[in-house]
Amino acid sequence: MQHHDYFGFIASAYGLSALGIIGLCLWIFLDGRMQRRALKTLEAQGIRRRSARERQPAAAAARPSETGR
Amino acid sequence: MSDIIVSAKPSRFAILANPTRFLELSGKVQPWLYGSAILAIGVGLGLGFAAPPDYQQGLTVEIMFIHVPFAWLCMMIWTVMSVSALGTLVWRHPLADVAVKAAAPIGAVFTALALITGSIWGRPMWGTWWVWDARLTSVFVLFLMYLGLIALTRALDDPGKSAKAAAILVLVGFVNIPIIKFSVDWWNTLHQGASVIRMDGPSMPAVFLTPLLTSALGFTLLFFALHLTAMRTEILRRRVAALSKLAARRAGD
Repeated sequence: MQHHDYFGFIASAYGLSALGIIGLCLWIFLDGRMQRRALKTLEAQGIRRRSARERQPAAAAARPSETGR
Repeated sequence: MSDIIVSAKPSRFAILANPTRFLELSGKVQPWLYGSAILAIGVGLGLGFAAPPDYQQGLTVEIMFIHVPFAWLCMMIWTVMSVSALGTLVWRHPLADVAVKAAAPIGAVFTALALITGSIWGRPMWGTWWVWDARLTSVFVLFLMYLGLIALTRALDDPGKSAKAAAILVLVGFVNIPIIKFSVDWWNTLHQGASVIRMDGPSMPAVFLTPLLTSALGFTLLFFALHLTAMRTEILRRRVAALSKLAARRAGD
């Protein structure tokens, strides 16, 4: 049997799978980073969730970037 | 949406329902999930490459170690979403809708990869890239349902509005899962029958079964890790949307 003939099939199956999964991971991580940044920007402007504001209003006013995740 | 009333003594279910608590817990679990996923995939595929060629399929048996886990995953992910859909419809669990929305693109990718790797495996072994037999067609239908679900969960600006429709689509679509699983028994297919989950036990020697199960475990862990990350992002996205609305309202005052 000529097993070596299958190399292209095996390599392309693994290659495409790697491409698909790495692409998915990248998209998920970049999306996460984008949302974290957007939230930080909003909080830096002093806009925070009601629960975060009620929890420590004094601290929130003093250190806007650290509170209310 | 963010007005969750917390009783004096919340149950474990209620603790998990609190998005902030979920973010804390999932943040701790996440690195371990990714680590064990990469380890299991590495060991599984490593053992797979070390396995001898199959007496009939030659080296193309290597494709099995990714194709079969992907195919299992595309069914498992829809099942996970079905449980979440029950969470949306029955318990109105605030994270259930987040879980469905976050899982759909991951499921679509694994379904596409199952179809692609299967097609590449079919060409040398069956002599054709594609046939419209029951197994291949039912998985293709599953892929289309994933795409439809992705479109539905992202169609409306207010995620609360599409949650119910998405949950119903997921539950109706669940009918397809047993059809996929048993298609090779119910119809005469070019696709082979089950060789791992069978009444009389796996019909596969350990040199192939061990790498296959290890790799399947690895990809399953990878799914749960990616799903957690995507769910965390979705929670943050909803907070960003709510805060942006608040900012716009404040600017208008």
